[in-house]
Formats: sequence, structure tokens, C-alpha cells
Amino acid sequence: MHPVRKKRMITIGVILTLLGGAIGLVLYALSTNINLFYSPTQIHAGEAPTGVTLRAGGMVVEGSVQRNPQTLDVSFEVTDYAQKVRIEYQGILPDLFREGQGIVAQGRLNDAGVLIASEVLAKHDEEYMPPEISAALEASKQADAKAY
Amino acid sequence: MNWTWFHKLGSPKWFFQWADRWGKVCFWFGTVLLIVGVIWGLGFAPQDYQQGNSFRIIYIHVPAAVLAQSCYLAMGIAGFVALVWQMKLAPVFIKAVAPVGAVMAFISLVSGAIWGKPTWGTWWVWDARLTSVLVLFLLYMGVIAIQNTLDDLQLADKAVAVISIVGVINLPIIKYSVEWWNTLHQPATFKLTEKPAMPVEMWLPLLFSALGLYLFAAGVSMWRMQNEVLVRERRANWVKEEVMKRGV
Repeated sequence: MHPVRKKRMITIGVILTLLGGAIGLVLYALSTNINLFYSPTQIHAGEAPTGVTLRAGGMVVEGSVQRNPQTLDVSFEVTDYAQKVRIEYQGILPDLFREGQGIVAQGRLNDAGVLIASEVLAKHDEEYMPPEISAALEASKQADAKAY
Repeated sequence: MNWTWFHKLGSPKWFFQWADRWGKVCFWFGTVLLIVGVIWGLGFAPQDYQQGNSFRIIYIHVPAAVLAQSCYLAMGIAGFVALVWQMKLAPVFIKAVAPVGAVMAFISLVSGAIWGKPTWGTWWVWDARLTSVLVLFLLYMGVIAIQNTLDDLQLADKAVAVISIVGVINLPIIKYSVEWWNTLHQPATFKLTEKPAMPVEMWLPLLFSALGLYLFAAGVSMWRMQNEVLVRERRANWVKEEVMKRGV
């Protein structure tokens, strides 16, 4: 290869490596801020500040959703399968909110470790399937459960 | 390895004639694929068990998002070629593709917001994936702005090549943002090493619309490059002949 071209190539390579490294370090240093939400484990470990607005995320625990029939108050627990956090919310939940679904709630932690949420967003996973297949999977799961 | 094709690409005249033929092929073939894929996806593919019909926007969102990233990667490679080999066509390519990629990034942001409202409950959230795609869009804007504001063509070409190369660092951040950090956006449905997390009757129309959009964008980009070549080579004899022949 022509020496001038080789020199240019090396220059670009060095600049890209340095810049990539710098950006990588910045992102690594900021990773707690880039994370959209705290997991229940982090909240239990005391990594999440109390009294300021933050987001908590996890799966809604099956059977934990309690609704007040008179008002829009709803209370539920989220888990990352290690720890649980109780969330209280007043308002309309997104359509995808259901037990076993991932959610992200924004609000403040009170002293009891309960998140008083002002907004609840639903997460969904990367799997898509037609309703018939989902129903068939559900049926076979139940058949399996009966067989035991 | 035979490198003649690479050297041929360095010739604006040869490219102009090559693109004349292949631009049309790509554009029309891509348009047909795109229409088939989108109609199939929006009208006939099964709905999702959780999201119902609103998931169908995937047939627009994903192709646009994939293309926005591919265009930038291609621009980064062209920027590298432009700086190292100083091929005439590399800056032409960047200038032609940047607005195409910007439109794709814009479509993916808007369609993502429209998808996010019914499923997540919000139009926008500052999570790592959404923010890094916004950065991609702003990089496109920067490239277009520099190209249009610097009067010195050589300087503009060089500056844009540098931004294109450096901006490529953003691409792995977009790709892995959903794995490195907690995000509202879900991880990738399609991975190179695994089976897609959706059945074939769902991903086949997506494949059609994605391939169609690739070809469509390639066709449009070739035409834009042809235009730019004519402008830049306006003093060359072959351009005069070409213009005379077509009776413009």
C-alpha cells in the first residue's frame, strides 16, 4: 500500500480508537444515570435515593394488584425475581399493564420503601406471536400442569 | 482478489452509466417489494397476542430504523475511503445518502413514538435506545448542514467525511443500548445467532418491507449521486455528450 495512504489509515484508526475509548469511559461512568430505572434489588440495597423523583422497574407480581373499587387507586408489587418493591399509583394504567408484565413507574420512594408513582409505563418483551399460538401454548402449559 | 470493480467505481463516468441501469432496477423492484410487504404486514399478518393490531407499525418502524443505521454505516465507510484513497465518488455518496438516512431516522423516531403511546403509555422517554437514535438523527442533520453551509467543496467533503467516520461510534451504542442499560425499549427480536422471536407469518412480510426499503433507498441514492456527479463533472466532455445525447 502507498505509504501516504497507510499513514492516513493509521491516523484515522488511532483517532477512532481514542475517541471510542473516551466515549466508552464516559458512558461507563454515567451508566447509573443512563439506566432508565432502578431494579428492586438496587432499591433494597439502598442505591436509590429517597425523597427525589426516580423510576423503578420490574415484573408485576402475580396476585399482588389491589384496586380500590371507589377510586383510581391501585397498588401492586414489582419484582426482578430477587427482591420486591410495592408501588402505589392513582390514575389510568396503560393497556398492556397486567400481572406478569414488565412495567416502569416514576415517582418518589417514601420512608417505608413504597414508591408513590406519578406515572406508570408498560414494557413489553421482544416476542411477538398470534393470539391462537399464545392460547395453544397456554393450553399445553395447563395440560402439563395437570399431568403432574 | 480482483479489484477492478473498486477502481472502476472511482470513475464518475463509469458510475453514471452503471447507475443509469441499476438505479431503475433497484427503485422499481424495491417499490414493489415495499408495497407488498407493507400491505401484507398491515392487512394480512396475524395480530399480536398482547398488543393486538398496534404491533403492525413494526412493518414500518423496524425497516426504517434498520435502514437509518445501515445508511450511516455506509457513510462511515465512504468517509474512510474518501479520506484514505480520496476517491471522487466517496464524498458524492455521502452527500447523496445523508438526506435519505435522515428521513429514515425521522420515520423511525416518529413511528416509534406513535407505537409507544398505545403500548408503553408515553410518546417519548429519555431511555438509552431512544436517545441514541435521536443522536443519530442529529448527526445526519449535522452532515447535511455542513454540506450546505461550507462554500469550499473540498473542505466540506473532508469535514463531512470526518463526521461520518466518527459518528459510526454511535452505531454500536444504538445496537447494544438495550442490553447494556435498563431501557423501556425491548431488546432485539432478530439476532444473527438465534431464531427470530416471532413466527414466520409475522417476519416474512417484515423481510419483504425491509428488503424493499433497502432497494428503494439504493435506487433513490443512485439517482441523487448521478445528479451530484453531473454537477461536479460539468466541465468534463462526457457530461456534455451525455447532455447533448439526451437532448436536455
